[in-house]
Amino acid sequence: MIDVTARYFAAFRDKAGRSSETVKTSASTAGALFAEIAAVHGFADTEATCKVAINDEFASWDSPLANGDTVLFFPPVAGG
Amino acid sequence: MSFRISATPLDPEQLKAPLSAAAAGACVCFEGWVRNHNEGESVKALEYEAHEVLAAKEGQTILEEAAARFSLHSAAAEHRTGLLEIGDCAVWVGVTSSHRGEAFEACRYIIDELKARLPIWKKEHYVDGQSGWINCVTGSAEEADGKSASTSIS
Repeated sequence: MIDVTARYFAAFRDKAGRSSETVKTSASTAGALFAEIAAVHGFADTEATCKVAINDEFASWDSPLANGDTVLFFPPVAGG
Repeated sequence: MSFRISATPLDPEQLKAPLSAAAAGACVCFEGWVRNHNEGESVKALEYEAHEVLAAKEGQTILEEAAARFSLHSAAAEHRTGLLEIGDCAVWVGVTSSHRGEAFEACRYIIDELKARLPIWKKEHYVDGQSGWINCVTGSAEEADGKSASTSIS
């Protein structure tokens, strides 16, 4: 198990009722962590339309996680 | 080439001024405005949220891509954050080139990529008091208003 900080933005933050939290997880990738978190907080958007960043750099869903990482979950974007 | 996230109103004339160049024969600017309707709903305001560090970095990358693809003299863009009212300018893009063709294409490329890639989110506030995050299934207008999860995973 590792400890990571999960950060939520926009719709995810509203739905989770918090902007970040510490998560103890056995997930080895960003995508696996997203699946765990989405189930807990009821996020309805999927990997296909969302983005993830690790330690303030965009990452792919199969990126590995390390203890102490900060993982940012971005719901579907809507700039412009 | 400069991209910026701005929490204060965008002034298109002021943004365009630095693009001026003696070799430029074309200047194309795009302004994205807040409109009063979306998908059948009457909209009274929009709220933009950004991850500023990543949005600024990605915006800069997009301008550099445009400079590499098209023959430009300059390119710049800004995107707003915060609460905007109907008619406010939410995003501005400006490019200059020797000829109009490249300028039109580059401007189109930049705004399309900004919309698709910047970590920016838009919450619509409707005339009927509801609100909803655009493009999201999570937190769409249908389920808006305080149904936040009460579970914890810490």
